[in-house]
Amino acid sequence: MTGMTKQYPGCLANDQVALTVGRNQIHALLGENGAGKSTLVKAIYGVVKPDAGTIVWDGQPVTIQNPGHAQRLGIGMVFQHFSLFEALTVTENIALGLANASERAGLRERIVRISTEYGLPLDPDRVVHDLSVGERQRIEIVRCLLQNPKLLIMDEPTSVLTPSEVQKLFVTLRRLAAEGCSILYISHKLEEVRSLCSVATIMRLGRNVAECAPAEKTVKELAEIMIAMDLNAPTPRPAQTEAAPPRLILDKLTIRSPNHFGTDLRDISLTVRGGEILGIAGIAGNGQTELMDALSGEILAGKPESVRIDGLPAGHLGPHERRRARGCFVPEERNGHGAVTTMTLAENAFLSAFLRGALVRFGIIDARRTHAFADDIIKAFDVRTTGPKAQARSLSGGNLQKFLVGREVLQNPSVLVINQPTWGVDAGAALAIHEAIMALAQAGAAVVIISQDLDEIFVLADRIAVIAGGRLSEPVPTREATIESIGRLMGGTGQQPLGEQPVHA
Amino acid sequence: MLKIEPRGYESTFWRYASPVLALLLTGLTSGLIFAGMGRPPGLTVYTFLIAPLLQQDGLEALAVKAAPLIMMGVGLSLAYRANVWNIGTDGQFTVGAICGGGIAIAFPEAPFWAVFPAVVIAGTLGGMANGGLVAWLRIRFNANEILTSLMLAYITQYLLVYLVVGPWRDPQGFGFPQTALFSDDALAPRLIEDTNVHLGILLAPLFSVGLWFMLEKSLLGFQFRVLGQATRAAKFAGFSENRLVWIAMLISGGLAGLAGVFEATGTLGQLTTTLSPGYGFTAIIVAFLGRLNPLGAIPAGLLLALTYLGGDAAQINLGLPNAVTGIFQGILLFYLLGCDFLLLNRVGWRRTKAGAAS
Repeated sequence: MTGMTKQYPGCLANDQVALTVGRNQIHALLGENGAGKSTLVKAIYGVVKPDAGTIVWDGQPVTIQNPGHAQRLGIGMVFQHFSLFEALTVTENIALGLANASERAGLRERIVRISTEYGLPLDPDRVVHDLSVGERQRIEIVRCLLQNPKLLIMDEPTSVLTPSEVQKLFVTLRRLAAEGCSILYISHKLEEVRSLCSVATIMRLGRNVAECAPAEKTVKELAEIMIAMDLNAPTPRPAQTEAAPPRLILDKLTIRSPNHFGTDLRDISLTVRGGEILGIAGIAGNGQTELMDALSGEILAGKPESVRIDGLPAGHLGPHERRRARGCFVPEERNGHGAVTTMTLAENAFLSAFLRGALVRFGIIDARRTHAFADDIIKAFDVRTTGPKAQARSLSGGNLQKFLVGREVLQNPSVLVINQPTWGVDAGAALAIHEAIMALAQAGAAVVIISQDLDEIFVLADRIAVIAGGRLSEPVPTREATIESIGRLMGGTGQQPLGEQPVHA
Repeated sequence: MLKIEPRGYESTFWRYASPVLALLLTGLTSGLIFAGMGRPPGLTVYTFLIAPLLQQDGLEALAVKAAPLIMMGVGLSLAYRANVWNIGTDGQFTVGAICGGGIAIAFPEAPFWAVFPAVVIAGTLGGMANGGLVAWLRIRFNANEILTSLMLAYITQYLLVYLVVGPWRDPQGFGFPQTALFSDDALAPRLIEDTNVHLGILLAPLFSVGLWFMLEKSLLGFQFRVLGQATRAAKFAGFSENRLVWIAMLISGGLAGLAGVFEATGTLGQLTTTLSPGYGFTAIIVAFLGRLNPLGAIPAGLLLALTYLGGDAAQINLGLPNAVTGIFQGILLFYLLGCDFLLLNRVGWRRTKAGAAS
């Protein structure tokens, strides 16, 4: 494909992008969030119509009308977010995606055949609700393979998998490529791309910036091409003294998820001392959202003693009272949870900081101080914006995240909990956020990071615990942990989690 | 070919231009309808929107009609900004008039300083109780407030009919469906002698300014705005949704009740079965036309009051049916909501596309 251009309102997502995927090739499409990778593949799959450019498929120029057309041409795609019905079985879900009723004949047998042939173990009669994320992804892959694709597009497939599941997926992909199916592999995980892909096209700000053989470059070189700046690792912190007092204690926190398909939290206990960063690793959907809400007070715990902030029993207290106890929180979702996108930065600064920032006088908003506080955040965290009066949605993901982290850090909390600190954030902003978190811990705060990014956890955390199925493993010091040992816990096959000790007769 | 694309932001220009465009389109459409009925469209629109103001006491009549619309529109602006969809202001208006009027009828001998405050308080509390019931049903049973408040509006209308035709009917009223006239001491004080300009006409803009200040400048108002725009963010900040739903329903209900009191004690002087010519429903248009801004409810209330006067004039001078008021208001709301499409979308013309597709 050449000269692909797509203009979105206010943003040129693809600017004259060219891409050539050869037969048998596993081709990486690399780039930061917002570089235009997703737009490009959506154009290939017929989901968006490009404003200009040509697609040549098997030597013939084509105009791909819609995903159905793409499938008929032999293009399959596995999206980052699955489209599965939780209440239906594997076979039923796959049958729903088929255009003609005639294709449904013998479907179950074909699913079994393909899944065994490609090492994708899948029980066709299980209900999706009971399956892990990795298994759900296999459904999507099998669904594509049923169409005998000549090109398989995979959008960030490993973000939801454990390290061992990733290895299994790679085996399947290599086998597919050997059989003649081309694979377009979208990722920003450089290690994976280096081990899997023979060619990489790197995009930045909607343009091609490089094409290379990833195995011949180092991770650092690839990253620098991706973000066009020199990367420095955050400065390591001096070791922690054991003497610091515990600031956040969870004692057998057990909570039913308010969502029907959510994860209940069971017997979660942990202690975080001042000056310490605890990393909580885990695959998405294992109770992270519930744990975050239980810590911030959006879901209340039954017993006051199950959450203690600086010694104060806070399980029964809402977010407002927990902030009074000097707890601050950054939820995972920026849009509509951590921030109101249609409000200004000043109003968003006010949202969670009016109490600790003393921004209210006699029930009236102190506009001058609110403006000044927002301005402080913008300056201290180098938020690229026109000023406190800018609407939150005018900021890029990374800048808004810097603002939201800054909003909480500048409230000088004694306990800070962050869910997915750098999700969807560019590398420059991620570094700034990591440094702010470390500086806060250095100043004596207890920090909890919930993240699906193991690299991030290994860089920041002093101790690492894993959440799986709503249970939290015993934290281990980072220097004693390995990616493999944490990965095993993430898959739920490691040591017995807390609160489920075997009973000895 | 017509080309529509999302802006990705809200246009400030169209925020204020959209009601103007809606008004122009309403004039045009209703003109066409009048033409279809065999009346000259220009004359009809003139009769509707301009002639009422040129009459001797046109401004006075306008103020009397606008006061309840503004009062209710202000309350609704607040509630709608918090995503609390109170549709039953007509019922809260009626309950206010019943409660206030009931006190006035029960104490015909009481002096002004005792009876009038009691009338006002009873009416306001009545409206708040009606609104509070809606809030309670939503919070306790998760019942949709659009349905409950609307259904309550019908119930209160029948309650009014029952009272006025039954136990409260004026014994000397020759069987007309109306109560006895209130004593002079129970009537709303006049601001100008020998006119209908009563205290409520002064209060309506004051409430408008007061609630604007509350909504834009206070912590409570901020909570309403956050709740309306992002429920999860409100939760994250620790704002109680239930508390805000209560307050929104109590304020919008209470203001409607108060408007009902002034309609009964300021304009009519008694209760009748036709107490509200759909004021509560028109107030919904007032709130939207005023951009859900309590200050905007003032010009919007004046304009919709004008449609009532114009409807009367069109009926008398042109022999058009009474329904024209409703038709005019309906068309206006239709265009208003339609034109708001321009807030978030850009519409333009595009030449026939050639070579644009890949």
